[in-house]
Amino acid sequence: MNTIIFRTIAPILVAIMVVFSVFVLLRGHNEPGGGFIGGLIAASAIAIYGIAAGVSEVRKALKIDPLAIAGFGLFISGFSGLMSLGAEAPFLTGLWTYFEIGNAKVDFSSVLIFDVGVYLVVLGTISAIALALEENEEGE
Amino acid sequence: MGTNLVNEETLVLPKAMIEVATNAADWVIILPVVLALLGAAILLMLRSTLRGQSVFAIIVVMAIIFIDVLLLLKILEFGPQTMTMGKWLAPFGISFSVDVIGAAFALAGAVVTLVVLIYVQADIASREVKYGFYTLVLLMLAGVSGAFMTGDLFNLYVWFEVMLISSFGLIIMGGRKIQLDGAIKYGFLNFLATTFFLIALGYIYGLVGTLNMADIAIRAGDAPVGPISAIGALLLLAFGMKAAAFPVNAWLPASYHTPHPAVSALFGGLLTKVGVYALLRTLILILPSAREFLDPLITGLAVATLILAPLGALSQTNLRRAIGFFLIGGVGVVMAGLAMPTMRGVAGASIYVFHSMLSIAALYLLAGLIERMSGTDDTRKMGGIYNASSLMSILFLVMIFAIAGLPPFLGFWPKLLLIEAGASQGDVVLIVALVINSFITLIAGTRLWSHIFWRVGREGENSEQVNDRLEPLSLKDKWFGIAPTSILVIIVVWFGLFPNVVFDAGRTAAADLLFSERYIQSTGIDMDIENIDIENIDIEVKP
Repeated sequence: MNTIIFRTIAPILVAIMVVFSVFVLLRGHNEPGGGFIGGLIAASAIAIYGIAAGVSEVRKALKIDPLAIAGFGLFISGFSGLMSLGAEAPFLTGLWTYFEIGNAKVDFSSVLIFDVGVYLVVLGTISAIALALEENEEGE
Repeated sequence: MGTNLVNEETLVLPKAMIEVATNAADWVIILPVVLALLGAAILLMLRSTLRGQSVFAIIVVMAIIFIDVLLLLKILEFGPQTMTMGKWLAPFGISFSVDVIGAAFALAGAVVTLVVLIYVQADIASREVKYGFYTLVLLMLAGVSGAFMTGDLFNLYVWFEVMLISSFGLIIMGGRKIQLDGAIKYGFLNFLATTFFLIALGYIYGLVGTLNMADIAIRAGDAPVGPISAIGALLLLAFGMKAAAFPVNAWLPASYHTPHPAVSALFGGLLTKVGVYALLRTLILILPSAREFLDPLITGLAVATLILAPLGALSQTNLRRAIGFFLIGGVGVVMAGLAMPTMRGVAGASIYVFHSMLSIAALYLLAGLIERMSGTDDTRKMGGIYNASSLMSILFLVMIFAIAGLPPFLGFWPKLLLIEAGASQGDVVLIVALVINSFITLIAGTRLWSHIFWRVGREGENSEQVNDRLEPLSLKDKWFGIAPTSILVIIVVWFGLFPNVVFDAGRTAAADLLFSERYIQSTGIDMDIENIDIENIDIEVKP
C-alpha cells in the first residue's frame, strides 16, 4: 500500500479533496451536496493522508483533536438553531441576509452555519474513527 | 373535468407556514434538548481538560431542570405545548409536542441525571473523564428529553438512536470483559428493537401518509383496523423490547449490572422508561384502535411480566441483577395500566413511571455504595452493613417498600389507582397479578435487605461473626454517595406523603393521553372535534 507513488501523490490528492469538499458544502443549498457529503469527502482526504504519511503526522497537521472539531461543529449547528430566537421564530428557522460583493449578490444564512456545523461533525467523527483504526494497524 | 384539471378550488392550499411571531417563553419546549446538546458539544471540545468538566455538566443539568420545571408548570396551566421547527406548520415541520407526561418524565430524568453526576464525584477516574463520561451523559440526557418531548414518530426514532449510541459509550466505559459481554447483549437487542420500530414507521407512513403523532391520531381512526393492528403489534414488540417487558426482557438483567453503578442508575432510571413512555404514547394516544385489538395480548404480557420479574429477583444473588428484575416488574405495572385504558389506569401507569425513574435509580446508587463497602457484588458475601451504616439500611428498606407499593411511599398510590381501575372494569386477573407482584417484590426485597444488612456476617458458617471484609465509607463517599441518593429517597417519601400534586398531574396526563383533543389542538392541525373539559373528568381518590 505504502508505495512511493502513493506517498508522492497523496498530498496533492488530499489538497484537491479538501478544496472539493468545501465546494460541495457550499453548493449544497440548491444543488446536490451539503455538509454531510462534504464532510465525508474531507474525512476521506484525512484518511488517505493518514495511510500515506502515518497517523502521528496527520494529528500534527490537524493540530486539533478530530473529536474537538466534531464538538465545535455540533455547537455551531445548535447555535444556528438558537439564532432564530432573536427573530421571534421557532427553533431552526432559516434566517437570510445578503452581501453585495462587486456585482455579485452573496446569500448568507443561518442554514449555512448549520451546514458548516454538520460538515465539521462528520469530518471530526469519521476522521477520528479512521485515525483510530489506522493507529491500530500501525501498532500491529 | 376534462382538460380543466386545475380549477379554482384546488389552488386554495392550506397554510403551511407559521405567520405569527413565536413568543420567547415558548422556547422552554426546545431548550432542555438544545442545552444538553450544546453542553455536550462544549464538553467534547474540552475533552482533554480534566478540571471543571464536572462543574460545567452539573450547571447545565441544573439549568435543564429549571427549564423543565417551567415547562411543566406551563403545561399544567395551559395544556400541551407545541413548537414546530423552522416556522413550518405541523404536520410539515417537525413538532415538539409536550404534554404532562412528557414534561414530568423529562424532569424526573434530569433530576436523576443530576443526582448521578454528583454521585460519581466520589470515585470517577480521570481516565473516564478523558474518555468523555460527562459528554456521553449529557448526550444521553438530550436523547431522553428529546424522546419524551417530540411530537413526531420519526424524530422519536432519531432520539432513540442518540440515546442508544451514548449509552453504548457509557456501558463499556472501564472496558472490563463482563462489560463488553453486557454491551453486546444490550446493543444487539436494542438495535433489533430499533429496526422493528423503523419498519413500523414505514408501514405507518404508507398507511396514513404522515408521521406527526397528532396527525396520525386523527387519521388512524379512518384507517382499516387490520393494518393498524399489525403496526400496533410491531410497535408493541419494539418498545416492549426497549422497556424489557416479558418475554423480551432477558437482555436487561444480563447487562445493567455490568457498568459503573452510577451508569446502571442512569440506565435504570432513564432508558427503559423511554420504552414504556413510547408504549403509552403510541398505543393509547395515537393508535387506540390497535391497542383495543391487542388488549388480550397486552394483558397476558402484563401478567407474565408482573409475576415472573419479581420471581427472577427472588432467585438472584447478584445485587444489581436483582434490582434489574425489580425494574422489569415495574414495567409490568405500566403494562397493566396499558391494558386498562381508563382514567385511573393511565394515570396510575404514568405516575408509576415517574416513581420508578426515581426509586430504581436510587436503588442502583445504593447498590453501588453497598458494593463499595463490601467489595463484592454477591449478596451472600455481604452482610453486617446495618452495623456499619444504619442510614443506608433505612434508605434501602424505604426504597424496597416504595417499589413493592407499600404505603405511605409514592409507589403505593399508582398501584392503588391501577387496582381501582381493575376493580371498576372487573379485571380480576390484573388485580391478582398486581397484588402478587407487590407481594413477591416485597419478599425478594426484604430477603435482599436481611442478607445485606440484617445478617451479622457472611453466608455460611461464620454468619454469626462480624463481617471483617467491610470497608467503612469514607467521608467523601458519604457526602457524594449517600447525600445525593437521599435526595431521591426524600422525593419519593415526600410525594408519597403528599400525593395531591401527583394525582392532579396524573389526572391531566391521563386525560390528555386518552382524549387526544388538547394534544392535537396544540399542534395547530385542523380537527373538527369539540373541546372537552378535563376538569369534569374526575377520579375520586382521596389520600
